[in-house]
Amino acid sequence: MAVTTAPATTSLGAYAARRERRKTIAYGIFFLLVALAIALLFVRNSAPGMESTFKLNPTTKEKVITLNDLILPTQAALIVLAGIISVIGLYQLVKGFKRVVIVLGVVALLFVFAFLIWAVRGKSINLLGILTFTVAAATPIAFGAMSGVMCERSGVVNIAIEGMMLTGAMVAVVFASISGSLWLGLVGAVISAGLLGVFLAILAIHFRVDQIIAGTAINIFALGITSFISQRFLQPTPALNSGGVFAKIAIPGLSQIPIIGPVFFNQSIIIYILFATVIAIHFMLFYTRWGLRTRAVGEHPRAADTLGVNVFKIRYLNVIIGGMIAGVGGAYFTIGSVGRFDEAITAGKGFIGLAAMIFGRWTPLGAYGASLIFGFSDALQARLQVLGKTQVPIPSEWLLILPYLVTMIVLAGVVGKTVAPAADGKPYTKD
Amino acid sequence: MSEATSSATLPETKGAPPEVKSTRLRTAILYPILAVFTALVIGAILILVTDKAVVNAWLNFFDDPMGTLRLTAQTVGKAYGAMFEGSLNIGGIIRGIGAALRGEGTRQLAIALVPISESLTQAVPYIFAGLAVAFAFQGGLFNIGGEGQMLVGALCSVYIGFKLTGLPWFVHLPLAMMAGMAGGAIWAGIVGALKAYTGAHEVINSIMMNWIAIILSSWLLKVGGPMARPDVPVTPPVLPTAWIPRLFDTPGNRFHAGFFLALFAVWLVWWLLYKSTLGFQIRMVGANAKAARYSGVNVKRLWIIIMAISGSLAGTAGMVQTLAVDRWVGVGFSAGMGFDAIALALLGRNHPVGVLLAALLFGTLKNGATRMQSVAQIPVDIITIVIALVIVFIAAPEIIRALYRLPKTSAEEGPVFTKGWGS
Repeated sequence: MAVTTAPATTSLGAYAARRERRKTIAYGIFFLLVALAIALLFVRNSAPGMESTFKLNPTTKEKVITLNDLILPTQAALIVLAGIISVIGLYQLVKGFKRVVIVLGVVALLFVFAFLIWAVRGKSINLLGILTFTVAAATPIAFGAMSGVMCERSGVVNIAIEGMMLTGAMVAVVFASISGSLWLGLVGAVISAGLLGVFLAILAIHFRVDQIIAGTAINIFALGITSFISQRFLQPTPALNSGGVFAKIAIPGLSQIPIIGPVFFNQSIIIYILFATVIAIHFMLFYTRWGLRTRAVGEHPRAADTLGVNVFKIRYLNVIIGGMIAGVGGAYFTIGSVGRFDEAITAGKGFIGLAAMIFGRWTPLGAYGASLIFGFSDALQARLQVLGKTQVPIPSEWLLILPYLVTMIVLAGVVGKTVAPAADGKPYTKD
Repeated sequence: MSEATSSATLPETKGAPPEVKSTRLRTAILYPILAVFTALVIGAILILVTDKAVVNAWLNFFDDPMGTLRLTAQTVGKAYGAMFEGSLNIGGIIRGIGAALRGEGTRQLAIALVPISESLTQAVPYIFAGLAVAFAFQGGLFNIGGEGQMLVGALCSVYIGFKLTGLPWFVHLPLAMMAGMAGGAIWAGIVGALKAYTGAHEVINSIMMNWIAIILSSWLLKVGGPMARPDVPVTPPVLPTAWIPRLFDTPGNRFHAGFFLALFAVWLVWWLLYKSTLGFQIRMVGANAKAARYSGVNVKRLWIIIMAISGSLAGTAGMVQTLAVDRWVGVGFSAGMGFDAIALALLGRNHPVGVLLAALLFGTLKNGATRMQSVAQIPVDIITIVIALVIVFIAAPEIIRALYRLPKTSAEEGPVFTKGWGS
């Protein structure tokens, strides 16, 4: 026996090593191609005398430490960046990095930086503005992602995030308009989206309906009911659709930090609620009894049940809380930013939230990071449009596709591996 | 092999004992009817509670009980009456026939037939989209990407339709049609291939592909965009040589030959699923992919084929709507039809004929809703709500059972689907 199996294992090992080696080389070549792309696309299309200016101060007159603008000689900076990436690529080819995914992230970041330097060649752009917009654009996405994390960690797929947010958005503005209190608007959004969470939970847990079908039904229902109410009440009575907006609050001290301060700590209260939510979910999921139970129920409900965990209770609780979180995200669309409701105002942000959750590997911190990346592509798109076609001759819409494309690439397992909770989407029946 | 076809999950009833047969019939006919009825009742309640006059009357119910009830009945009657008049116009048709028989010419009848023709016209894309979802369901795949596939199908066909000039119709029209079908097939085939080769779940990737299609279209179709006219955000008109012909020349009657194409597609899908080897394999994969693999079916290849066929059906939905009805494409083209299609597949129990009936119903409702909006000022979105409720009631038959006190039987199975992201 030993004689026959030994060669088999070594050849298997050799096979794995060969595959590993091939992967290493593939990454190396990819990094070199990125460097080449910078050289060919960006360096060639810029003149030697050009400068790229990044403004680092907020446009509003606030008392912060003023920084000097970051002025880079376009071509030289690009050549340096291309050089750094080629060195990384060569090292990867010859020796190979241990955690290549992180290196990939760094290379992507450098590439984006190079792209920015090239895009603003001969002009100036307010980097702080882009970053502030990024945090704002990431907020509804992140609330959606947190809602998804809550539900899916306990084994319930939630594609109804979009519908929950849409409902929350409308209820928030209506409640705020009627009561005159933004806080009551927020409470209304939380309750209404929480009710949709109850609905999803009953369908998915009690009736054991396919969770994707249940979620789709809720999405369609939310679209229908919000458009119906909007046309029947909000359009004839505009007073119902003007709830005002939460003012920006600068957190004393923290908002004075250069760059980080204005970007993260001079925002709407809803964004601070998001920070608290992300941290709370992270802490509770990984450091409390409830979190352990949630994860157990999401991975192996039978085993959790055997050990006395009430699978149904945990799932109900998580899905309802998930709905409420989506409701806050919905409120951000109306009383957090524009102050009024329009039909289908969420415009697919709930689905990007779903994508962010997957990209963030079902963890709250990862999902928030992914939301920021997706928010950045949103912000970049808006800014590039302003710079104009001659400056950046690629359609700015293409940037909006990136979140979806990146999610598909991640799901395909090209970069690392994403694994959903094992029992995600499977109804539980007690025998 | 034919023994295996009559297993419980496949809707083949030949070998089943009579009682199973009758309960199956009940699930297939009674439940959908009750689901739609209940959804319409809830829709009516929604109309009533959002009507100021009715709510006021009910708040003062004891002042005038009969008047309140009359007002309630009138409000619902006006709304749903307008809906059925606007979608079927049966009274008008009877009067038209009478006029024709009296020798007053057929013009009145032709005008009276416009609403029902429009209902059939609106049903056409629903038939294709519903078939797309049902077909994928039969193969165990959830094609939630009908929205994107329809859009891509429409864009491909419209591009051929306005770009190629100087072709005779018998070349141009088939080319435009095939472009639409191919577009949808590729858009969905990518999802199938990703599932087959990387294991990525088709639902997430379909959703992602939906949004990619929507964003691409908003770029292609924006004013001055690559496929738009210079002044308006829509494509140039399709050339007459690529039109699917309309069959009546009464003004406002858009009924077109695509309806017969849809009937043919119903037959084709039925034949493919129940009479061909490929269809047998597809249903085998749908019933149990693992078992299918062990019996020698190439499941991965089949996943790609299922998604591609499903996508080409969805693409056809967009293509037919473009070449026969709109004859150009604008932003917001499919307007949720890809999701409504899930309701169609559920309502029709994933059977082509069931989907056809469900699509005719939806076409009628959607067409009637437009009339309801103009007569009774009820937003058309009420139909969207009804569709969502239909999905809920079909997917959770326990609700209907509880509402109508129906006995529970063992032979009843909901749509087979319960899958997670991973599997």
